[in-house]
Amino acid sequence: MLRRQLLLGAASLATGVVAGLAPSAPALAQQQTVKVGFIAAMTGPQASSGRQMLQGIRLYQALNGDTVAGKKIEVIVRDDTGVADQTRRIAQELIVNEKVAFISGFSLTPLALAVAPVITQSKTPAIIMTAGTSIITAQSPYFARVSFTLPQQTMPMAEWAAKNGVKTAVTLVTDYGPGLDSEKAFAEKFTELGGKVLAQLRAPLANPEFAPFLQRAADAKPDAIFLFVPGTQAGPLMRQVVDRGLTKSGVKIIGPGDITEDEQLVSMDDSVLGVLTSHFYSAAHGSDANKRFVAEFRKANNNQRPNFFAVGGWDGMHAIYEALRKTNGETDGDKIMGALRGLEWDSPRGRMSIDPQTRDVVQDVYIRRVERRDGELYNIEFDVVRQVKDPYRK
Amino acid sequence: MLTILFDGVAYGMLLFILAVGLCVTLGLMNFVNLAHGAFAMAGGYLTVVMMNRMGISFWWCLPAAFLFSAALGAILERTLYRRLYDKTHLDQVLFSIGLIFMSMAAVDYAMGASQQIVNLPSYLSGRVEIFGAQVGVYRLFVIAVCGVLAVGLQFIIARTRFGSQLRASVDDGRVARGLGIDVTRIFSLTFAVGSGLAGLGGALGASILSMDPFFPLKYMIYFLIVIAVGGATTITGPFFASLLLGIADVGGKYFVPAIGGFIIYTIMVAVLIFRPEGLFTRRTRR
Repeated sequence: MLRRQLLLGAASLATGVVAGLAPSAPALAQQQTVKVGFIAAMTGPQASSGRQMLQGIRLYQALNGDTVAGKKIEVIVRDDTGVADQTRRIAQELIVNEKVAFISGFSLTPLALAVAPVITQSKTPAIIMTAGTSIITAQSPYFARVSFTLPQQTMPMAEWAAKNGVKTAVTLVTDYGPGLDSEKAFAEKFTELGGKVLAQLRAPLANPEFAPFLQRAADAKPDAIFLFVPGTQAGPLMRQVVDRGLTKSGVKIIGPGDITEDEQLVSMDDSVLGVLTSHFYSAAHGSDANKRFVAEFRKANNNQRPNFFAVGGWDGMHAIYEALRKTNGETDGDKIMGALRGLEWDSPRGRMSIDPQTRDVVQDVYIRRVERRDGELYNIEFDVVRQVKDPYRK
Repeated sequence: MLTILFDGVAYGMLLFILAVGLCVTLGLMNFVNLAHGAFAMAGGYLTVVMMNRMGISFWWCLPAAFLFSAALGAILERTLYRRLYDKTHLDQVLFSIGLIFMSMAAVDYAMGASQQIVNLPSYLSGRVEIFGAQVGVYRLFVIAVCGVLAVGLQFIIARTRFGSQLRASVDDGRVARGLGIDVTRIFSLTFAVGSGLAGLGGALGASILSMDPFFPLKYMIYFLIVIAVGGATTITGPFFASLLLGIADVGGKYFVPAIGGFIIYTIMVAVLIFRPEGLFTRRTRR
């Protein structure tokens, strides 16, 4: 009993301090160091996302220096293991004790949502480098996103399919927020353009066996099967798709780029050749900026291939640098957010910007096909939809 | 329809091969070894390293995974597990959970946190048609291996001299020792075999389930369901339990996708209510 009261007391004290911090924020601008809190899953099932983001951040700092507008940028790394209440606790601790000017990272949607009240109260800008559900940026005026939203990634695929001879489709998604987002976005766009969705299947999140769902999808005899699962299940799912002979039977396998994400793709085999995806980033993107990014990333990380998490970390860091440059090193939350709105730059992924109204990412979405190049599997881009906004937040 | 039945059987067999080693240690040695999945992971990762990094044939990986995990099991049995045989089950649970976390951290450190995918030789992927049903070649292979294993293990335990020595050692270690049975050696061997089976299961399952450092925790629940439903005192119990669970799970997800994910748990709850000792239990004398 006593312990619970103590905890409650501590919690209310913490929120009190957070609320009281706001007026003193300008005082921080006098300091010569700007601290950036990075909270992501560095261990646990989502660990690869956190690590790639951090590698992107480190690479950006290595190539662009660690000072901007006369301030030294110090990144404080914290591991939330992918658990939302940890993310919230760490965010509070970073804001109150470490007096960070930014929070960044966020491997999953719930983790970003958990900090929304904290950053609103303390007016701390938070840069989303991965989490991809549409609603996040609406939950606090201090969110800005540099990653993607699932509907943004999905609709171009639906459009491309409808225009390229796919008349019927079955969707198979994981039964959780982002999965339902992409299911809805795909079905809406696809039917709007005259396509027919024969079945909408949902697999439970804890589900190692896709056989029954894939069998149902195959039984419906669609022109295409639309797949979306979390990155960690993409490998096993693609394996089962191939074993079931779906790729050979003439059914097109389509989905957002998560299912053939670059780091996983390296270890898949030729059976995934020809899988079609729409996504904002491929390590094979042909621009000079990306070639340099990939080469430097490989050099710094034991020849590992960067994926969209890494480019999210890189661009998040770039947004922070540019915002500080605009405010001349001042870290007042509202001024930073003002600087972030409408910010536009050339990323390894291509031209991108932060929407002035929604603070959400606007970028090119590419249609890609899995092909073998230089002995490795890559997503090769062959079509593009320019400057796509999230369709649900106009 | 037949395809679904086949997929269910294959999934059940996969569950069986992953759980059978646990059945050996838990049921026969009366030791609650929750770290069973860690041995399966060891076999799985060995397969990943051998196939993907060294390019060694899949056929060598299977026995290698068995021997590697068995050796690992034997070493740990000698050094750690042995001390806990006469401790309470709670101590054993705490110890083996700790071992799981250590194994996860070790694999994470050595191999990274990302998924490792095993790419099978081409003659094992793809599908063939049997009785008008499309069946995956690899799943057929898994079923065959599991069938042979189940029969072999049952034969060893029920019919051989080693089997009866083992049963004697478990039922009453003191008397068995008095009769000149080397109980310590038998337990070491049995534990090693149990671990080896886990490693083999990991190697076979690696391409379907794929390997990551969370494997031991992610699949622990499935091992335990199989043991809970089948009872741990025989080999046939978990065998039929796996079949039942696999078919019910796949069939349920196919025919009623909305609740499909819960069927496996519903079966377990029902079994625990009506037959808490498991569906196929040999009556113990204790």
